[in-house]
Order: sequence, then structure tokens, then C-alpha cells
Amino acid sequence: MGFVNRIFAILVKELKQLSRDRVTFGMIVMIPLVQLLLFGFAINTDVRHLPAGVVDHSNSSYGRSLMQTVEATQVVDFVQRYHSIAEAEAAITRGDVRAVMVLSPDFVTRLLDYTQSRSNGAQGASPLTSRPVAQWLVDGSDTLITGAIKGLRSMPLDEMFQRSAPTSPPLVFAVVPYFNPEQRNVVNTAPGLLAIILTMTMVMFTATSLVREREQGNIEFLITTPVHPMELMIGKIIPYIFVGLIQTSIVLALSYWVFSVPINGGLVTVFTVTLLFIMASLVLGLLISTRAQTQMQAMQMTFFLMLPSILLSGFMFPYEGMPRAAQIIAEALPATHFVRTIRGVVLRDAGLGDLTFDIIWLSLFAVIGMAIAALRFNKRLD
Amino acid sequence: MSDLAIETHKMSRHFGDLKAVDQLDLTIPKGCIYGFLGPNGCGKSTSIRMLTGLLSPTEGDITVLGESLPKGADKLRQRIGYMTQKFSLYQDLSIEENLQFVGRIYNLPPKALKQRLDELYSLYDLRSRRKQMAGTLSGGQRQRLALAAATIHDPDLLFLDEPTSAVDPENRREFWERLFDLCSEGKTILVSTHYMDEAERCHGLAILENGAKRADGSPQALMNQMGANVVELEDTVNGEDLRSLKSKLVDLPAVISAAQLGTRLRVLVSTDIAEPLQYLQQLMPEPRQMQAARPSLEDVFVSCTGGRRGVC
Repeated sequence: MGFVNRIFAILVKELKQLSRDRVTFGMIVMIPLVQLLLFGFAINTDVRHLPAGVVDHSNSSYGRSLMQTVEATQVVDFVQRYHSIAEAEAAITRGDVRAVMVLSPDFVTRLLDYTQSRSNGAQGASPLTSRPVAQWLVDGSDTLITGAIKGLRSMPLDEMFQRSAPTSPPLVFAVVPYFNPEQRNVVNTAPGLLAIILTMTMVMFTATSLVREREQGNIEFLITTPVHPMELMIGKIIPYIFVGLIQTSIVLALSYWVFSVPINGGLVTVFTVTLLFIMASLVLGLLISTRAQTQMQAMQMTFFLMLPSILLSGFMFPYEGMPRAAQIIAEALPATHFVRTIRGVVLRDAGLGDLTFDIIWLSLFAVIGMAIAALRFNKRLD
Repeated sequence: MSDLAIETHKMSRHFGDLKAVDQLDLTIPKGCIYGFLGPNGCGKSTSIRMLTGLLSPTEGDITVLGESLPKGADKLRQRIGYMTQKFSLYQDLSIEENLQFVGRIYNLPPKALKQRLDELYSLYDLRSRRKQMAGTLSGGQRQRLALAAATIHDPDLLFLDEPTSAVDPENRREFWERLFDLCSEGKTILVSTHYMDEAERCHGLAILENGAKRADGSPQALMNQMGANVVELEDTVNGEDLRSLKSKLVDLPAVISAAQLGTRLRVLVSTDIAEPLQYLQQLMPEPRQMQAARPSLEDVFVSCTGGRRGVC
């Protein structure tokens, strides 16, 4: 039973040190709390209220009317009027506006042609429909913004003519958005943020905590005692498992009550997969600690992992859209597997059986990583 | 069971081209305080690390308390204590918490641990400070705490790596009293130091330089067998420059070293010169007060180490 006592001794010591380190203790709560509130509100791929300009060579009342109709979509706010294309381009270059709508001198003719063809639409499109009503100049560097403006291309103009009859063409497809019918970003972001927050704190805590023992010389004493490397690591990991579960509870509670994210899966399933990810992250921290000589190095290695975990895990961008090479890298990150599982469980009420691959992957990562860490953490100094 | 606590044969450790420890033979009997004396970087710490099983020797055999190292290192851990050169307990834990931690690591049952802590508090005068964080202790208190932690499991063999380098003389005396207490209980203690006064307290001593042993034996025996005679010259001529006399003397092949002590010059003359007093006298233009002196451990150290060593 010696090993139980030794693990317990390390665990008690670790908890005492943690409780004395007020800042770290505070961060355990503050990181999930502040980050979820901040990013839950901030991250939005639904582009609205882009500052836009207009170049109106037609000087018609229809032009003003079109501007109002476009503004009613809330995608753009017209903030400036320019007299020439060159002026508008300069404004886009300066970043004053993101897009400029250009109405040509024959705008009214074009508009009338367009409405003409729309009302005749039933009898088949006339060749005139190929002439657009107006043109948009867009700062295309951000594809999200271009996409939002492109969305305006087929906006209905019936409102302009106070016609209520829906004359838009019939849809080719009907789309039923499951799991997030209101199309709110936060529903997808909140579970993903859990992956990011846990990656950040779990990896960093274990990595720095073991390296600190080396930096301060404690290891030199410990290795002459009967402590086995595995015992040291288990004793160090257990307190942080609880820390991770506390953070998970904070994130889930905030998601549910503040952002009304539905927790569709059972709590037992949610915490089971989270526990697996916490273990995998802690093991990753241990692996870093066997390599890093100073806490500074441990931090740097953690950040080296952070960015791919944020960008490639599927948290920010869909995994499927990435090139093959990026997908392979993403597969090597525990965060990718967790983003997939936690979204599955929380949003789609997927059971453990539906996520076998990711669950087995996370478990294997934890077990194999632990073994490697214990082997690398040699009790000898050479 | 042999009466030897430590026995090594050609123990060596190389780091690349550097021979940190080179073919070291040691025989350290049980129940004594044995010292490693040598300058920084002479291989003291590396030797201790090999003897505790932390480092594997590049070559050679090591037997500690009957266990062959590095194979038997795990079995040895419960029987040895190690006090590191740098304070290696937790600064953000109190004395009590540190000792409880170490006690649990060594598997002391709760009752025995409580009793042992009580003993250690009295023995090392830590009771009144037991709630104080280790990081806020003075050098002497830290040293006592470290010794308490290293002996909490009542080890047979204790390794102390430069234990008193950050301790004032008063506390150092006190510390050595505790070491002799431990020794009288039958423990073997191996201590590394670069202080002569500490080395002089040891029962046995090995003088190390560049990873090799230059001399060993009891301090008394080392002084008696020293391959040099000590002569002290008085500064009789007023205003005479002892510095220039010194540099003149050390150039002589028979002079191992000359060191100034206030108004005197302490000269080590190789035993190749049968009459050191006459030998020096004839080198001086004017007669000078000089006398043979009793050798000290520092003389032994100087004559054994450095480029021009005599026969030890």
C-alpha cells in the first residue's frame, strides 16, 4: 500500500501549494468565467452593420429607395456618399468603408428592365435579366465580408415598389437546421470554448507544476526518496482533474443559463467525455514537462500547442473544409477529438457509442502518453 | 554483512570528454563521518550522485550498504538520506507540512510520523517555528529542517552535499554537533565540503581534485604523512615587501607553495629537501627569523592539489 500513501502525500502537498497560490487559484475560476462571457458574446460569424458607401450617378429617387431597402437587411449601413469610383476605391483602401454600392447613370433603366423581367418571370427569363441593377465594390480581403455582400445579390426588391406579392423564384432546396434552429453562433461556440479553456489551463498547469519542482531543486531531493515517477505524476494529476471538472461545470452552467445553449446530452455522458479530455490534456502537460527545463520553456511549448488547438480543432472553422494536411495535424491534437465529441454530446445528444473513435483515441492518448511521460521522467539524472 | 558502508572500485563518470570522476577507489567503514574535500568542480557532487544511485557510473563497481549500484538503487532508497547542496524542500509549505510530506513519502504510519515529528522538532529546535513557511526561514533553520527531512526515516547512511555552505559559524558548530549525535547512533555520514575546519572534524577524508583522489586517511594521518615541511618566516625587516619574497620563493622547484598570513609567510617545502630551514636560510641575503610549524589540513590540501603537488 506504499504507493497509495505516496500518491496521497503528493496530492495533499499539491493541493496545499495550489491553495496558497492565490493568483493561480483565482485563474481557475476566472479563465472559464470571463472567457466564456467574453467570447460567447463576441464571436459572431453573422456579419451585420458593415460601414458602406454609395456612388450614385443616376441621381434618381429610385437610387435612394434602393439604399433604404438594402439598409433594411441590416447587412450594411450607408455612412458615406462618394462622387466618383476613384474616390470610393480610395475610401475602401483607407478602410473607411468595407463596401461601396455603385449606381450607373442608366440605373433606372436597368431597374425597370429587372422588374419587368421579374413580373414576366413566369413566362421564362428574358435575356435582359443578365444585366445587374447595380454593382458592389467590396474589400475582399475578408471572405466573410465578401460572403455577406454576395448574400445581397438575390435580395428581393419587391418592397421597393410596395408590392406584397412574393415574386421570388421558388427555392431549389428547403433547409432544416437541426440542433440550432435559430442559427445562433454561441450554441456552437460555447461547447468548443470548453475545449479551448481546458487545453489552456490543464496543459499549462501540469507542465509548469512539474517543471517548477525541477527549477526549484525539489526533484533532486525527491528522486532519492522511494517515490516512483508514476506516483509523482498521478499525485500531480489528480488535483487538476478536479480543477478541470470545476471549470467544466462553470462553462456548462454559464452556457445553459446565460446563453441558453441546450445541453441535450445526459450530464453523465458530458462529464465522462470531458474527463477523458482532461486526462489527455494533463498527460500532454506531463509530456511537455519531461522536455522543458524551465517554466518559461514549458509556457512556450504550451502556446505552441494552443494556436493549432484553436484554429485547427474545428473550434473556429469546420474541420471538413481544411486541406488534408491540416486535417492530419488536427487529428493529432486531443482538442480536435474533444471539440467533436463535446459538440456531439451537448448539441446532438450523441451517446458514447456514436463517438467511439474519438473516445478511444482520447483514452489511448492518455494511457500511452502517461507511459511515455513516466519512462522519460527517469529517476536517474543521466 | 561487511563493515563497509561504501566500497567503490575504479568508479568513473565521464560527461563527454570531461572526466568528472576518474577511477575513484573508496572504502568507507560504517559508523564514521567521512569527508570529501576538494575545490568546486572536483567531482564531489558527481561522486555523491553516483553513490546515491542518481547517476550511473561510466565504469567501475559501487557497493553501498551491501547493494550493488546502480542496480540496487531502488532497494537502497529507504536506507539512505540525502541532503542536497541547494535547499530542496518546498518554500511555500511550512516546516510541519514539509516534514509530513517527506514522512508520508517514506511510508511512516500516521502515529509513528507524529511521534517522529515531535522528536525532530526537539532535536533540531524547530518546534516554535513549525507553522512557518520554509521560504522565510534563516539559513541555519533551513539547514536544520533539511537535515530533519533527510533523517526522518532513520536512514543508515546519510549523504550531505556541502551542507553548511550558507550557514554562519555558530550554526555550523551546532550542525556538526547533530552530525556527531547521529554518528554515535551508528549512522554513517558522507559529507562533501570545501571548508578545512569542517574536513578536520571528519573521521576519514578523501581529498579530490579534477575527479581523482589525491589523498585519503584520517585528518591526523594526512597531516603526519604530508610530503612537505612547513616553515614560517617572520617579517623582520620593517616595510619589507613579503609579496615580492613570496613570488621569489614560489619559483623555486622545492617550494610547493607560499602563503601570506598577516606578517608571516607560510612556506611548504618538499620533503626532498632534508633541512628545509637551512635550505631557505641560504637563499636569503640577510638572516631572518624562521621556524618549523605544525602542518595544518590546509597545508595537506595545498600540497596534494594544484600543479606542483608533493607526495602525499
